Amino acid sequence: MFNFFSLGQSFSHGVHPPHHKEQTEDLPIQRVPFVSRYVMPLGQHIGIPAEPVVKVGDAVQRGQLIAKPNGFISTALHSPVTGKVTDIGMHRYVDGSFKAAIEIAADPYATQQFTLSAEQPVRKVEELSIGDFINTVQQSGIVGMGGAAFPSHVKYSIPDEQQINDLLVNGAECEPYLTNDHRLMVERPEAVLRGCEILRQQLGAERVAIGVEKNKPESISQLQQYLTADMPIDIVPLEVKYPQGAEKMLIKSIYNKELPAGKLPRDIGIAVNNVGTIVALADYFEHGMPLIERIVTLAGPGVEEPANLIVPIGTPIRDVLEFAGGLKDQTREVIMGGPMMGTPIADLDAPILKGTSGILAFTDAETARPREYPCIRCARCLEACPYFLNPSRLALLGKARLFTEMQEKYNVMDCVECGACTYACPSNIPIVQLIRTAKDNLRNLSMKNKD
Amino acid sequence: MKNHHLKKKDPNLLLQSAPLLRQELTTPAAMKDVWIALLPATAASLWFFGLSALLIILTSIAGAILTEWVFTDKEKRRFAISDTSAGLTGLLIALTLPPGLPLWMVFLGGCVSIGLGKVVWGGLGSNIFNPALLGRAFLLGTFPIAMTTWGAAGGPGEFFQIHSSNLALPFMQAQVDSMGAATPLGLMKFEQQGTALWSLFTGNTAGSIGETSALFLLLGGIYLLLRRGIDWRIPVAIFSTAALFSLIMFLTDGDKYPSPLFTLFSGGLLLGAFFMATDPVTSPLTPKGCWIFGIGIGFLVVLIRLFGGLPEGMLYAILLMNAATPLIDRYTQPRIFGRQG
Repeated sequence: MFNFFSLGQSFSHGVHPPHHKEQTEDLPIQRVPFVSRYVMPLGQHIGIPAEPVVKVGDAVQRGQLIAKPNGFISTALHSPVTGKVTDIGMHRYVDGSFKAAIEIAADPYATQQFTLSAEQPVRKVEELSIGDFINTVQQSGIVGMGGAAFPSHVKYSIPDEQQINDLLVNGAECEPYLTNDHRLMVERPEAVLRGCEILRQQLGAERVAIGVEKNKPESISQLQQYLTADMPIDIVPLEVKYPQGAEKMLIKSIYNKELPAGKLPRDIGIAVNNVGTIVALADYFEHGMPLIERIVTLAGPGVEEPANLIVPIGTPIRDVLEFAGGLKDQTREVIMGGPMMGTPIADLDAPILKGTSGILAFTDAETARPREYPCIRCARCLEACPYFLNPSRLALLGKARLFTEMQEKYNVMDCVECGACTYACPSNIPIVQLIRTAKDNLRNLSMKNKD
Repeated sequence: MKNHHLKKKDPNLLLQSAPLLRQELTTPAAMKDVWIALLPATAASLWFFGLSALLIILTSIAGAILTEWVFTDKEKRRFAISDTSAGLTGLLIALTLPPGLPLWMVFLGGCVSIGLGKVVWGGLGSNIFNPALLGRAFLLGTFPIAMTTWGAAGGPGEFFQIHSSNLALPFMQAQVDSMGAATPLGLMKFEQQGTALWSLFTGNTAGSIGETSALFLLLGGIYLLLRRGIDWRIPVAIFSTAALFSLIMFLTDGDKYPSPLFTLFSGGLLLGAFFMATDPVTSPLTPKGCWIFGIGIGFLVVLIRLFGGLPEGMLYAILLMNAATPLIDRYTQPRIFGRQG
């Protein structure tokens, strides 16, 4: 039974940023109204961008396929609204760059009801072989909903010689401010459990573990309430610590196993999925609706009316913010994702993506940076790094641009850029930024060496 | 107008990359904690050594800050002084000086500790040796007699009885102080004479102005440990190694060698263990490295005290281990997650 007095299972090192979830944790999920214009970037998942199957001027239905997977590590795109394709070309992406996208104008008179088309019949999941299941998931456009947006079907393609024993469902939600996974678990626990069972059976796993940080007692109790004795599912309360939701940390916390560097979870018999992905799967096999909307947390000190919203993918961020009362005057920065690993948004006209877990607005108070002081080797970054790297040394070498030494002696490529070191640094040194630069340079270097 | 961001074309949005959140502690705040931790020991120095101690402390801080100011780039000056690390070095070196030391020597010590101990290495964070101890080593080498002429501790009633040698003119022969006394370590080494533990604990003995009171040093040290301002492994390793080593020697010959408690509470061991050895810049980064570093200091200090030519060994024990720090760091890198050691 859930114990309020134990810390919960955990990993070593890490940091404890204030979680700030009180802003939105009790706000029920609402649906945002449809707006006039949608932009669907073809490359919003990791891998090869999808290939358009519609032309400018085509009428599209909500949920209709508009771009098909272009290779195995690629996934489908569906229209989030009923309307007309108005452009296929370069559109603003969140980071300010231009990316190929399909622009759709919504039909203001359409009911925007999702209806199954004849080409996309919903198939009973029990009747699917694993191969069919993988194809179907690829056609559904489902990607990892935690933020990475890695096509899910690729994760489910297990080589013949490997066996998945455990399905690990990530409900840790360790990023401050975000509560979209929390609300999902609170409001739709039966969908979470149903999704777990679907995936467990398809992957042939024995047990499922759902890891939830202990600052979400309502999520834990809701899931436990709907859990029946015949379900091989464990709900595991985890210590509130960042980055508890990082894949390797989660595996360590729940199974006490250290995933060897360079290995995938499936190499040690584990499949890891975000709780949002699990619900997307459950919904797809229940109603046949592909991934055309998702839950987004709108929060942060710069947002007028924080909310948890169901947003059609492709909705301009500006429209979503407007629905929530807009931004406060002091707003200085808007972030997509969490405050520890999110991406700054360069243009509010960029769309909500499949991987957008939150839109957070920050004011001067959070974005003002004191001056950078020299590193005094206080070792707080070493105590923060969950991978036991030496961020102090890496930052020093990074400033000297000694990238090769960073890899050869200090394994910089093992860094997952969680930012715990930078959070912990009293001298305000941009450690993780220096590490990112180094990793970029090293990647370019190895590409050059290959050529 | 509350929604100007949404109406205009986002002119003001910053693009700072994540993480946006920072914990509250800053480097100047960490320095402030060390100042607070040194308050009890500083107060004790004023109590026992009066106006002399005050003059020494102020002169030394002035020398350190002036040197930092003179040798730092014009644009960085105010910033470099504002982190208070130079002043802190000045206070630390003052606490290791005998009460009767001529003030011009004190000033020179402050200058050398920052000049040769910090600035030439590239400023804060770049030096290999503890600047305060480097300054003290310079003084000990240059003015050996003045640096080993000790005044007895007094009380608050004698606050204004200043040591006449404090005011000696630069490069003139320092007068031999009439209040000359021997430190507990000197008495032990050269005359096999012990000192009451209670005197060592309160600080009513001869010695450097800030090192004599074990009680007040402990107070400051515990404060720093509670604030997590220093790595607990270093003082713990120093104390246990020094205590163990001197216990072994004490058991072999109790007449010749002092007890472990005397070892811990005499000389600069507490001051060094809490405030000098734990200087993060000159101690190892890794946890394992901190253990090795502390054990090395504890061993060396007893070795020098019992078998060397000097009564006190803390200064050289720390400086020697400072020199070993880069090497220790290199060989004690933590095992990376998911990799074999």
